[in-house]
Amino acid sequence: MTIKFRMKTFTDTGKKDTRSGFGAGLTELGRTNPNVVALCADLVGSLKMQDFIDENPQRFFQVGIAEANMMGMAAGLTIGGKIPFAGTFANFATGRVYDQIRQSIAYSGKNVKICASHSGVTLGEDGATHQILEDIGLMKMLPGMTVINTCDFNQTKAATLAIAEHEGPVYLRFGRPKVANFTAEDQKFEIGKAVQLYEGEDVTIIATGHLVWEAIQAAQKLSEKGISADVINIHTIKPLDVKAIIKSVKKTGCVVTAEEHNFLGGLGESVARTLAENNPAPQEFVATQDTFGESGTPEQLFEKYGLNSEAILKAAEKVIKRK
Amino acid sequence: MEIKKLEDFATQVRRDILRQVHKVNSGHPGGSLGCTEFFTALYQGGIMEHKPEFNMDGKDEDLFFLSNGHISPVFYSVLARSGYFPVDELNTFRLIDSRLQGHPTTHEGLPGIRVASGSLGQGMSVALGAAQAKKLNKDSHLVFSLHGDGELQEGQNWEAIMYAAGNKVDNIISTVDVNGQQIDGSTETVLPMGNLKAKFEAFGWDVMEIEDGNDMRQVIDGLTEAKTRTGKGKPVCVLMTTEMGNGVDFMMHTHAWHGKAPNDEQLETALSQNPETLGDY
Repeated sequence: MTIKFRMKTFTDTGKKDTRSGFGAGLTELGRTNPNVVALCADLVGSLKMQDFIDENPQRFFQVGIAEANMMGMAAGLTIGGKIPFAGTFANFATGRVYDQIRQSIAYSGKNVKICASHSGVTLGEDGATHQILEDIGLMKMLPGMTVINTCDFNQTKAATLAIAEHEGPVYLRFGRPKVANFTAEDQKFEIGKAVQLYEGEDVTIIATGHLVWEAIQAAQKLSEKGISADVINIHTIKPLDVKAIIKSVKKTGCVVTAEEHNFLGGLGESVARTLAENNPAPQEFVATQDTFGESGTPEQLFEKYGLNSEAILKAAEKVIKRK
Repeated sequence: MEIKKLEDFATQVRRDILRQVHKVNSGHPGGSLGCTEFFTALYQGGIMEHKPEFNMDGKDEDLFFLSNGHISPVFYSVLARSGYFPVDELNTFRLIDSRLQGHPTTHEGLPGIRVASGSLGQGMSVALGAAQAKKLNKDSHLVFSLHGDGELQEGQNWEAIMYAAGNKVDNIISTVDVNGQQIDGSTETVLPMGNLKAKFEAFGWDVMEIEDGNDMRQVIDGLTEAKTRTGKGKPVCVLMTTEMGNGVDFMMHTHAWHGKAPNDEQLETALSQNPETLGDY
């Protein structure tokens, strides 16, 4: 699929899962950075860590189904100069081990990379026990924690490489389903720097993770209706690119935020706070509405919970009227 | 160092503990007093090889992790008197803007502390990570950790205990302070933990015991023996029986002084039982 308008083309080079982007990035780090080590809590296949393990068996720690111990061990491995990448599902990488992350990693200022796959509802059929929609909120509230939510394979790989160079704890959030892979293969990932996808005048759309591709589709549909959208890919939720957000909303006067997360505690709230302080403007939240998820296919769940391009389109039309 | 000198050091540490908690009328003297010999042995008795200057990475030296962070007064006193920071700084314990927080933290940059602890049950995992890093770095030094017996009620410990044996982390010596007390009463009444030796052994650890963890000779000999058991494919556990409040008669045989400071009169009595040896701060 190729989306082409307003002099810009985004081409889906073939659907791929973001977790494979993480796996590819980790494999590359295994070859280039001898300090990188990895831990996993019995989800090696799901996290696509096998290549790293095959090439660096001594630098991999299988902890079993014991996430609390994994987070503590990751903190300990930094003492001795290692850069641990601790991987599991987002639910078990945050809520289950919040206090371990809080005390042993965040408060202790440890250089641990928490790598969380299967975030949001698109984990699909496993249902709400495994679909965390609160993890961005949990992680962004921790002082010193960097929070990243990537949108496709290429960006996830680039982010995985970038966080190894960043000193300090990082929460890297990605997902399970195969989605459009449309960002540049050779991109440079700058933590905290928004990526401007389209320039527009009528409405700002700020999206993160799987919702970025949906936002691009929504912008195209809006364009067909004569509405020009400013579209921003926010891969880093903390620290937030406040400058880019204010600049865009000053121009458009209204904003739609889009994320695969509860509207409480997510990207939308961070944007709302930023605007309330600097440039108050009407905002619509494309996000789950304080609810748990459920079983279904990713597409069905996006539809039911209002997280697709159609939902972004409607939110944009609504927010423009509120200007 | 000869035993008498270590005992004198420990007596001074006891004074430091009492004076720290008395000044701010808060803190945990009971467990601190019970573990005074252990800390003295580690840092002064030649058990740990440690560098005088502090480096977070801790390469080429033995490391220590305190999991039951509430006994910070004994940790702070021994670190200060081992040269990690000025002894006078003990005056700032638990005060605003101090590096000596209620529970130990790296956040304020206090030399000697490598991880925050206080929320219980996390220290063994961190120690295991550090021990695995030592192996990767081909650093043959050891990692020591200390845990409360009541603290073992936290499930994360058992994740770590299982991991350590299953992965033959044999460069770690985890000591359990078996004082039989916790905040709400004796461990027997709060949550009986059964036979700790059998439990650790069932998980695959090499377990040894120190019968009297307040006898300096026994602590030195026990920890020296523990070191000889490392490098043999099993993590080493030392079950060290101590008396909470040891060295102060009215603080012993009770859990009452777990988290309570003495008043002026009680402090005077307690200090009289522990005469100054190295000079008060």
